[in-house]
Amino acid sequence: MMEEAKHGPPALIGPDDLELLIQALTHSGRQVVGPVLRDEAIVYDHIDSIADLPAGWTDRQAPGHYTLEPRADAAVFGYAVGPHSWKRFLHPPVQTVWSASRDAGDGLGFDLAPDPARPYAFVGVRACELRAIEIQDKVLRDGATPDRAYVARRDRVFIVAVNCSQPAETCFCVSMDAGPRAKTGFDLALTELLDDDLHQFLVEIGSEAGAQMLAGIPHRQADETALSQANAVLERTSAGMGRRMETDGIKELLQNNPDHPRWDDVANRCLSCGNCTMVCPTCFCTTAEDTGDLANRTAERVQKWDSCFSLDFSYIRGGSVRSSTRSRYRQWLTHKLANWIDQFGTSGCVGCGRCMTWCPVGIDLTEEARAIRAETGVPK
Amino acid sequence: MAKLSRLAVWKFASCDGCQLTLLDCEDDLLDLAGAVDVAYFPEASSKMAQGPYDLSLVEGSITTAHDAEQIRDIRAQSKHLVTIGACATSGGIQALRNFADVSDFVAAVYARPDYIDTLETSTPISAHVTVDFELQGCPIDKRQLLEVIGAFLAGRKPVIPQYSVCFECKRRGNTCVMVLGEPCLGPVTQAGCGAICPAYRRACYGCFGPMEAPNIPALSEQWRQLGAGKRQIRDVLRTFYGWSDPFRRESEAHDH
Ligand code: SF4
Ligand code: SF4
Repeated sequence: MMEEAKHGPPALIGPDDLELLIQALTHSGRQVVGPVLRDEAIVYDHIDSIADLPAGWTDRQAPGHYTLEPRADAAVFGYAVGPHSWKRFLHPPVQTVWSASRDAGDGLGFDLAPDPARPYAFVGVRACELRAIEIQDKVLRDGATPDRAYVARRDRVFIVAVNCSQPAETCFCVSMDAGPRAKTGFDLALTELLDDDLHQFLVEIGSEAGAQMLAGIPHRQADETALSQANAVLERTSAGMGRRMETDGIKELLQNNPDHPRWDDVANRCLSCGNCTMVCPTCFCTTAEDTGDLANRTAERVQKWDSCFSLDFSYIRGGSVRSSTRSRYRQWLTHKLANWIDQFGTSGCVGCGRCMTWCPVGIDLTEEARAIRAETGVPK
Repeated sequence: MAKLSRLAVWKFASCDGCQLTLLDCEDDLLDLAGAVDVAYFPEASSKMAQGPYDLSLVEGSITTAHDAEQIRDIRAQSKHLVTIGACATSGGIQALRNFADVSDFVAAVYARPDYIDTLETSTPISAHVTVDFELQGCPIDKRQLLEVIGAFLAGRKPVIPQYSVCFECKRRGNTCVMVLGEPCLGPVTQAGCGAICPAYRRACYGCFGPMEAPNIPALSEQWRQLGAGKRQIRDVLRTFYGWSDPFRRESEAHDH
């Protein structure tokens, strides 16, 4: 499995060593973020210790449904992705871009919002999420007009990935070639191995920073048994995908079918609420709101997550270009699965399934794409 | 120094909560007092100057013949007229009378029903006069109110999003209560409150009224799948904004 062992051979650590890793990341001045149990879900938040992780919990997901369930073991990463994604940290939902105030004379002073002081360390990043970060990099960092704040956060983040051991009913990363194995884009990658009485993590090293971090905590070299156990975990996960997306010819399929009757059908069910775009780890759109105080002394520009499901999103002089839910849903799905390829050279979907789990009415994009394929000339 | 804009605040059938939101603006209230001439605001000051006014904020719904006459007069005296709150914007909770016979209520509640002179219905201001902007909420949000006042003073469009509560809920990082199994009005309700209820694990009550493109039949279909009955669906829709068109149509579909 180790095509890329250039930063060192895979290692094995135990739960106590993972605790030391979290502490080492904290001591290196980073804010450590990882999975925690909150409000009946597994979300991403600040962690101090392995004790903050959702040990012994998993999730059951279906379109429009999410429930936590206890596990039979003490796995700390035994769940699939939840309502949060890492874009909440790299590309936060609400952030001030600049503020302005009048000086003593008649002039105006502008201040750019400061960069966050502490770099992040993410613990528990899944393969689909690594791909999502890579996709957001293309949009927010590597394009002609980089997003300053994104770049500042992104370039300093330390990533501890986790290979998935338990796919959800809503997962289809295999279809999107985005998982479940973390291949690139991490500093360290863990595979949680649970035996009757042995709890350990296989650690792969993805960067020099990762190698250094690992060197600071107790570890031993991985043996063949551990490597094949990790492979078995990933094979099981690949085989257990709850959903599938046919990607062959999908760009043409969607681009050639703007008048398909399925768009009317989904428009009857869709609430235009925007949840799908908010939870999608690749959706990047924002709006800018400018406000001032009544006394005309200060003003501020605040950037907020926006969504192609709002009417304002396509508002130009005279009205909204996409005034029907039909046109908004079609825009979303066609951009995500087809036009994204023209624009950024990759699909905008990584198969994480968030948009269907967190759609209040459980609209399943794999089902919508399948329905369009079923009644068109595009080969299956 | 340029002449200050003249502000008036009016009240019809309502609980005063929206006007109180204005008084609740604390530090900003001083800025407001400096930026406008508060010409008419009986809740706050005994000074009651004559019109015309540059901006009239109107709270409350129209429930008497006298109200219906007065609002026309206010409109005539106001350069801009902005309604504040659910009552002024959709008839309010008192518009529940519109679904029944008001004389039955009057007979049941008052010792001397003959003293009561009221209209059959409680209606929004826009049913009587042209309204320049409707600020939704029961009560309204104070930051939004300041934004609307500031925008009208500056002659720009207020930044008041009309998308769903879900936008704010997700930005806030809440876990969706509806996906966890609780019927919620958030997806069809306009943002503005900051998704307060879901942040405390309560489903949205819809107190900010319908969002820009509410698909309530699709939402109530999902509620049925979550176990909600006809009666429950009707009652949930028939509160603060029960008389707004989209909420009314869907509650009536669950009447029998
Ligand atoms: S479109 Fe849906 S499944 Fe695809 S990456 Fe976005 S949230 Fe995940
Ligand atoms: S697909 Fe679902 S989540 Fe997305 S806007 Fe429609 S109802 Fe909301």
